[in-house]
Amino acid sequence: MSAPTLPIEDPAVQQGDSSADAVVFDNVSIAFEESIVLDGVSFHLPRGETKALFGVAGSGKSTTLKLTLGLMKPDGGRIFLLGQEVTSMSEQELFELRRRVGIVFQESALFDSLKVRENVAFRLMEEHLSEEEIDRRVREALRFVELERTIDMYPSELSGGMRRRVAIARAIITQPEALLYDSPTGGLDPVTSNTIVELIVKQRDVYKTSALMVTHRLQDAFTMATHQFDKDSNKMVPLPKGQRSEVPMSFLILRDGKIIFDGDMRELATSRDPYIREYIS
Amino acid sequence: MAMELELTSPFDVAKDAVLAIQEYARLAGQSVGNFFRRPVYWGDILQQADLIGVGSLPIVVLSGLSIGALLALNSASTLERFGGITLIGQLVSSSMVTELGPLITGLMVSGRNASGMASELGSMIVTEQIDAMRALGTDPSKKLVTPRVAATVFMLFFLTIISDLLGLAGGFAVANLLFGLDSRQYWSNAWQTLVFRDVFMGLVKPVLFGFIIATIGCYYGMSTRGGTQGVGRSTTQAVVTSSVLILVVDFFVTKAIFAMLGYR
Repeated sequence: MSAPTLPIEDPAVQQGDSSADAVVFDNVSIAFEESIVLDGVSFHLPRGETKALFGVAGSGKSTTLKLTLGLMKPDGGRIFLLGQEVTSMSEQELFELRRRVGIVFQESALFDSLKVRENVAFRLMEEHLSEEEIDRRVREALRFVELERTIDMYPSELSGGMRRRVAIARAIITQPEALLYDSPTGGLDPVTSNTIVELIVKQRDVYKTSALMVTHRLQDAFTMATHQFDKDSNKMVPLPKGQRSEVPMSFLILRDGKIIFDGDMRELATSRDPYIREYIS
Repeated sequence: MAMELELTSPFDVAKDAVLAIQEYARLAGQSVGNFFRRPVYWGDILQQADLIGVGSLPIVVLSGLSIGALLALNSASTLERFGGITLIGQLVSSSMVTELGPLITGLMVSGRNASGMASELGSMIVTEQIDAMRALGTDPSKKLVTPRVAATVFMLFFLTIISDLLGLAGGFAVANLLFGLDSRQYWSNAWQTLVFRDVFMGLVKPVLFGFIIATIGCYYGMSTRGGTQGVGRSTTQAVVTSSVLILVVDFFVTKAIFAMLGYR
């Protein structure tokens, strides 16, 4: 499958932010009532890299994404996003920072009273761009996810996979420096999942966007680690075995509120931890 | 489905109540403060004014007419006994303008719109649309709460005036058609009985009631937890709380204005 191109410049270069890491978690803890969800979690996401977050249901993966964006406050520790300390910022300050980041929610979270066009253009309308500019960019973003024909439809008229792709279009339309995906392929058929994986890989390889991706589907992350986006053929192609370590892709596994693995695919494949072996088998 | 009942300590209940009041006060304060911070969503205010104001017009028209007519009908028999049937306009006018117009309109709009706001915002909470809005860099308090508060306050003011007028018209219809009261007698009596205090009270109340309806509706919507069941719970709580608050505030406002303007 091939996806049309979206004329996006390298966002990191655009913003000129000197921070080497897109996301940093420093000893972060959070509990809901009696249940500890994250317990002293520390990791970093280098610029341009995609990190896949794994863990059983309730292990704090989605919470990690919400903490990253400051949608939740941790009980302890510090979180940095694009060089700014999210944990010490007010909600008003966070609104500015969030405009530099895109997020795709687990259930898409499209505004159901707005049409696809207004959903995708939400940020642009907030910036009061001209109608022509908004229309052009919305069509480009929808063409990127191959859903230009849905522009005048409501989210309720779309399938689950289409909604997820519209959510991706909404997340990338402002050329964000970082993207957060919450189970982008969850509950979708293999063909649609592959389309979404390809879009994520394209975003990673062509636009060098840093990304945190929560997923239950190990095969999606392995596909991302073993493929790259080929600009010439405009599709995702498998890499020869020797070149796989060059892919900016890493894995992080959460268990009982702690990180039990943080590394690349080779390290994951050779891990001797019985839990990890069982998880990836 | 069997449910286990848990005993909650009075300390926890009190703590939750204080927290809820604090959160409500914060939301209500922000809804006003947002008017002084850019951006102000005028388009959303207009849209809400249409939904809340124009949408509520039929129930306000019907309830205003009915209340005025019923008031005239019920009071006429008593007034007739004392030979004071001509005072019917006076009674309907002062009751509608100072009390029943604002109160009935407030309760009607509360039933229609506090529930609508709570269910709409509640659904947005449980489907992560509010989180999505925050993630997109937009303040839901500015985009969703302030327009609803502004539109409700503004529109309830005019809806109450419409209700007052229709209440008087309903009263006149009963007085004229059933009791043969002359038109000029009714309207001049109704007009002359009104003093500044009555009109002032009748116009202050809808502003306060509008604020209560919108802030309570938005508060319960924004604090929804627990899926679709939670949305249902929020909707019910919003209507009950805003209606009770309207009645309580009505009493104190009436008392305060009487005290302020040197009456009783």
